[in-house]
Formats: sequence, C-alpha cells, structure tokens
Amino acid sequence: MRHRKQDTKLGRSSAHRKATMASLVCHLITEKQIKTTLAKAKQARKLAERMVTLGRKAAQAETPEAKLAARRLAISRLNKPKPVGILFDDMISKFEGRQGGYTRILKLGRRRSDGSEMALLEWVGVQAVSKKKKKADKTEKTEEAS
Amino acid sequence: MAVPKRKTSKSKSRSRKRSHSKPLAAAGPCSECGAPKELHRVCPSCGYYDGKQVMNVEAD
Repeated sequence: MRHRKQDTKLGRSSAHRKATMASLVCHLITEKQIKTTLAKAKQARKLAERMVTLGRKAAQAETPEAKLAARRLAISRLNKPKPVGILFDDMISKFEGRQGGYTRILKLGRRRSDGSEMALLEWVGVQAVSKKKKKADKTEKTEEAS
Repeated sequence: MAVPKRKTSKSKSRSRKRSHSKPLAAAGPCSECGAPKELHRVCPSCGYYDGKQVMNVEAD
C-alpha cells in the first residue's frame, strides 16, 4: 500500500518533477554539492539515496547481468549515462559500511527574491571538489596570499 | 442589517494587524567568526557549519 506516502509536487507536472529531480541528482553526482531550495533538496535526497543503493547492488551483484541491470535502471531514472558511471565506478566505494544516509542537507536561510529557504545538498563522506564551492579551501587561501 | 457604528481607527486596525506579524527568526553569533547567524543554518559570512567549512562564501 502506498497510503500516506504523498510527496510534495513542487508545482510541477509529473514529468517535469521527475526531470527536475534527475537533473538535481546528476549535478549532485558531478559537482558533489548543490545549492537548491530546501523543498527540492529534500525530494532530490530520496532519488539520490536510491541511486546509491542501486550502485551498491551493482557492486555486490554476483553476475554481470545483474550489474548491468542495476546500471541500466539507474540510467533510466537519471536520464543520463555519464553521472551513473561516475557514481557506480568512482564513488560507490566511499559509501561502504554505511546503511543509508548517504546525503546531508544543510540549511542556508531564506533567499531574497521569494523568501524561499535554501539548502546545500551534499554527500556524506565525499569532499566537494568543485571550483566554486570548496570544502577545504586552505590551499586556495594560501595561493591568494602569496 | 447590523452595521459597525464607528469606522475602525488606524490605531485599532494597526494594533490588530501587529499580531499577524511573524516572529523574528532565532539568531546567535557564529561560533567561527562571531557574525550574527540564524540557528541551524550555515553562517552566511564565513560559510561554516558545525565547525566545518561547507561552502566558499567569496565565490558566491
């Protein structure tokens, strides 16, 4: 039964919502950390965690057929093959020994334009390495000073 | 039909509307840089949360 399992619709049609979530999760995989509204972050978290679960299933699968099936399912959910490759091949080992809770949401406060609560969505145990938002920017600071 | 005897004064209507306002968000000093920040939020001035740098403020 799916009683009382209703998700927020985010003011979008079903297809639009699915596309938005796929896009957010793809960027979370490639950028390691994304800034979005709290409502979207909470929804994207669900899909992101499911993709990690699929990745772990692929990693633990006995047969190559099962590995491929998990990969194809993830690609069909995210509409893109590249992020699935990054997640399945490079990131999945970092979630070893963790029972869910692969992502973290940090609240940022309300934005100016529409007062919407913003949030950072990031992986637990994966360093954000993008140019714009660095977790440990000590190296960057010393470069600026010299 | 029953009608109000007096026009509602500015004072009366404004003091009524005062109670419709949302309370200010709780805030306190950031433990890293001391700037005021909302509780349970990433500090907007230094980008720290829970003792860790979570975002680069200058780049934003």
